[in-house]
Amino acid sequence: MENSTLISIEALKKHFPTSGGRFTALNGIDLKIGKAEFTGVVGPSGSGKTTLLNIIGSLDSPSEGRAMVLGLSISDLNVKQAALLRRTRLGFIFQSYNLLPVYTVFENVELPLLLLKLNESQRRKMVMDSLEWLGLTDKVKSKPAQLSGGECQRVAIARAMVKRPEIVLADEPTANLDAANSHNILKTMVRLNSEFQTTFIFATHDDKVISYLKRKISLVDGKVEKDEITGN
Amino acid sequence: MKLLFKLAIKNLTGAGLRTWLNVIVLSFSFLIIIWHKGLLNGWDRQARNDMVNWETGTGQFWQSSYDPFDPFSLTDAHSKIPSVFDTLITKGEIAPVLITQGTIYPRGRIQSILIKGISSAQRVLKLPGELFLKSNDDLPVLIGSKMARDNGLKTGDVTTIRWRDVHGTFDANEMKVIGIFDTNVPSVDAGQIWVPLDRLQKMMGMPGEATILVCGNFDTNGRTPEGWKFKSSEELLKTVTDIIKMKSAGGIVLYIILMSLAMLAIFDTQVLSIFRRQKEIGTYIALGMTRSQVVGLFTLEGSLNSVLAALLAAVYGIPLLALQATKGMSFAGTAKSYGLVVADKIFPVYSLGLVATTIILIMLTTTIVSYLPSRRIAKMKPTEALRGKLQ
Repeated sequence: MENSTLISIEALKKHFPTSGGRFTALNGIDLKIGKAEFTGVVGPSGSGKTTLLNIIGSLDSPSEGRAMVLGLSISDLNVKQAALLRRTRLGFIFQSYNLLPVYTVFENVELPLLLLKLNESQRRKMVMDSLEWLGLTDKVKSKPAQLSGGECQRVAIARAMVKRPEIVLADEPTANLDAANSHNILKTMVRLNSEFQTTFIFATHDDKVISYLKRKISLVDGKVEKDEITGN
Repeated sequence: MKLLFKLAIKNLTGAGLRTWLNVIVLSFSFLIIIWHKGLLNGWDRQARNDMVNWETGTGQFWQSSYDPFDPFSLTDAHSKIPSVFDTLITKGEIAPVLITQGTIYPRGRIQSILIKGISSAQRVLKLPGELFLKSNDDLPVLIGSKMARDNGLKTGDVTTIRWRDVHGTFDANEMKVIGIFDTNVPSVDAGQIWVPLDRLQKMMGMPGEATILVCGNFDTNGRTPEGWKFKSSEELLKTVTDIIKMKSAGGIVLYIILMSLAMLAIFDTQVLSIFRRQKEIGTYIALGMTRSQVVGLFTLEGSLNSVLAALLAAVYGIPLLALQATKGMSFAGTAKSYGLVVADKIFPVYSLGLVATTIILIMLTTTIVSYLPSRRIAKMKPTEALRGKLQ
């Protein structure tokens, strides 16, 4: 693996059992993703985008082939090692934000740091820094139900970024947002990508997201159809 | 664990009304179980104290023929009081009691009774024998309030009494009620009268004899004179102990119903929680928790219901239970008419052991009930959970 390569995928296949046999979601994927990339896996529904992201995020494992993430083979990780990888080095952003409804904005962003067992003053500083990057310092005590969709997604980004992960995986992050909010969120992520050299990997079919990508990996029927540098 | 505890508390309090409904139901269970057990403990203590103070003393020597369940044994159940006890009897630490059968005729009715002779000097039992000393009547008697009520007798009433002496000869006299005592022990009250021991010995032609010797607070050192048998306090209290044990066993049904209701609520909440919070479960896993940690979190959330319930029960329960422990609970004399040793008021007794056992029992049950549905999380696929897809 090259020094700057964070993700290396070779001949990756993923099958899911179905009533009639099996469904192949990923059918021989080969790709490498390097540090500080702002990459999108694009394609229509059912093309395997989310499955690929889940495997990179160690939430799922390959059926065949190899997926190396930050030097670790996803297939070889046990439950605890996979949890440790997610806890320490990966950040996730979801389409429906997945914020915990009973927690305040501060507490939602603090949660990954609690799992890292950082002390209170460290946590407070890191959470406030993160909220500042996302312009949410005035919403510290709000609960998700009191926020707009755009604000919720910004909280989700703050939560993903607070521990300064090496890779952030964003699955359809703008699907529930209007155009203005989508652009706002994407600009923020571009800024964080260049400021912290964090690798962002999107799964999307949203043209607004695609317009911000520096690299576009097109998936069709579980295969990489096109892998292009967009020049953004 | 500290983190899970923190998260569990946060989630639990954040769930609002759902949590509080469970907690309230569970706190009732805590309170009613503790209250009911406390009541039985209070009854047990009161019944034992009353039995010891009024009837059994700390033990009894029985004349070898004496059988309290066979009235015919009374004809032969009398012997000379062993001289080894003379000093203790003089000091009032042993109360000799002579028992025989007789008949009284209150208001023209015939009533079979037990005639019991007791020394006016005894200090073992609470019977007010000192009243005999104040009486100049030929045959002064003391009766209990139930006996008085059942036979329409009151202090100062005179009625005929008939008995058979040691030779089997019938004799009769006029007896005068010189005092009526109140007791919670029906077996020293119903169907019996108390007369001075020396007077009964004279009536029966049994000078210096007794049927039983009731012991006070002294060590018998295992001395059992020939012709007598020793009955320990535990043996004498066996009946009341058995009744209370039976009542306690009956109480378990109540506890099971209460606990089932509370546990059903918690089980239901846990199932609903896992059903509704799939995305949250997926998020925890995505953020780096293992599935077993999430199972632990949900189990802890469920079992913390019992902690909150214990706290809530303490808030409103301690004043309520303390009030009742002070004021007592009235049984309006109904149980006494069935021959049970029950005070007009029972004062519940709440021991630390009782409270601790109840709390541990409920917490343990709640934890098990919380864990059972939470196990489903371990089988969930995080990718499906994240999408909130039912599994």
